[in-house]
Amino acid sequence: MKVLTLNFLTCAVKTCKSSSDSFPLHPKDAELASDDVEVNPQLLVNLLPRIDWNALRTTSTELGFPQLPEQPPTAEELGADEKVLKDLHSLLIETQIMEGKLVCGHCGHEYAIREGIANFLLPSHLV
Amino acid sequence: MATPSTTPSALPSLSAADDVAKLTAPSAVTETGTAPPAAEADADAYERTHVHGVYEAIAPHFSATRYKPWPAVAAFLHAQPPGAVGLDVGCGNGKYLGVNRDVFMVGSDRSPSLIAHARTRTKQLQTQVVAAGGAGRDGGGVAVGTDVLVADGLVLPFRERAADFAICVAVIHHMSTRTRRQDAIRQLLRCVKTGEAGRTGGRGQVLVYVWALEQGTSRRGWEEGGEQDLLVPWVLKSRQKQQKQQRGTKNQGGGAPEEPGAAPSHPDPVFQRYYHLYRKGELEEDVLAAGGAVVASGYERDNWWVVAANEPVHQGEQ
Repeated sequence: MKVLTLNFLTCAVKTCKSSSDSFPLHPKDAELASDDVEVNPQLLVNLLPRIDWNALRTTSTELGFPQLPEQPPTAEELGADEKVLKDLHSLLIETQIMEGKLVCGHCGHEYAIREGIANFLLPSHLV
Repeated sequence: MATPSTTPSALPSLSAADDVAKLTAPSAVTETGTAPPAAEADADAYERTHVHGVYEAIAPHFSATRYKPWPAVAAFLHAQPPGAVGLDVGCGNGKYLGVNRDVFMVGSDRSPSLIAHARTRTKQLQTQVVAAGGAGRDGGGVAVGTDVLVADGLVLPFRERAADFAICVAVIHHMSTRTRRQDAIRQLLRCVKTGEAGRTGGRGQVLVYVWALEQGTSRRGWEEGGEQDLLVPWVLKSRQKQQKQQRGTKNQGGGAPEEPGAAPSHPDPVFQRYYHLYRKGELEEDVLAAGGAVVASGYERDNWWVVAANEPVHQGEQ
């Protein structure tokens, strides 16, 4: 599971959807890996405004990465500074959570990640 | 690449193995059992047996026969702007992930086995791109921004109103009550943007494909006024068996056994998948019942399709 994907996920439990605590999900006991993926600058620049930056800052810190700035870089900054672009690419696209859990901050439910795949199927009493 | 034994154009088509089963049966109709729609309370358990369990069991064979993107779906994906975020709900082996390399797509499926196939597949695409020095095979974009996860289409874990688009191909016809089919569309609509001013990207679009009842030109013999709720067999064949069959070795006729491998005269396990065949206009009705608007709709190669959105659509708007 990519860090970017986590930015588009909430708890699957219906009663959690309306709670701001259900997003972002919190990684627990996460084992990380890094894929080698070619940078696609246009994709990144256009993705940026679609990302919830505050949630990404939370996720990044929880995974043990350096604190991200309060504001996202602008498209101009991404175009001008290759390091900013590379770092963002590395965090969003290349970093994978291979094993661990994702925990809802509202209901506490834990979703398992195994071999890079998160499983959001709920036990019947939570559906 | 898998052997091109299936008709690549047919979308949720029967596999080559199904074709064989049909042709050797005395009548195609007797091979396909009718299935009463499940009662609401039992629908989940019913689908576990007649949809989820089947796909878990046939995942490798199914995946090997599903590799070519359907052109109309690929065109929808290519029409999305660079950087758009999309979902493929019921992505199966992930054949639509990576079609447009300039968008980011997350695929989900109820079947962990199919998702494992999808992950392997998208990882391979990624490696091929890097090995080729960053140039995509089609000369298009470079990065492969895809990810996959296991989720139920009625209980999706996606952040609401965040996706630019979603596709759901050959999935909703596996849900055994109309309430569930409409709810599935409602869940898709909740995932995509409403198109408010000041937000990045316009109103999100949802592309849905389902099998049609009206298949007048196909060999399946289904047509207007026919039974809409069916059990359609999947004959699980080993690769050698498939080749043998294609060389003309005849299998026994007669109805398919209910249980996998139950009849000794049928050494190939047969799995019965539940389908609801959509009649003309029904998919649009379901979109409206789900609170959505129909942007466009049509029929293509034995399937009804619709592009739905959240906001009311004015005439001429696409």
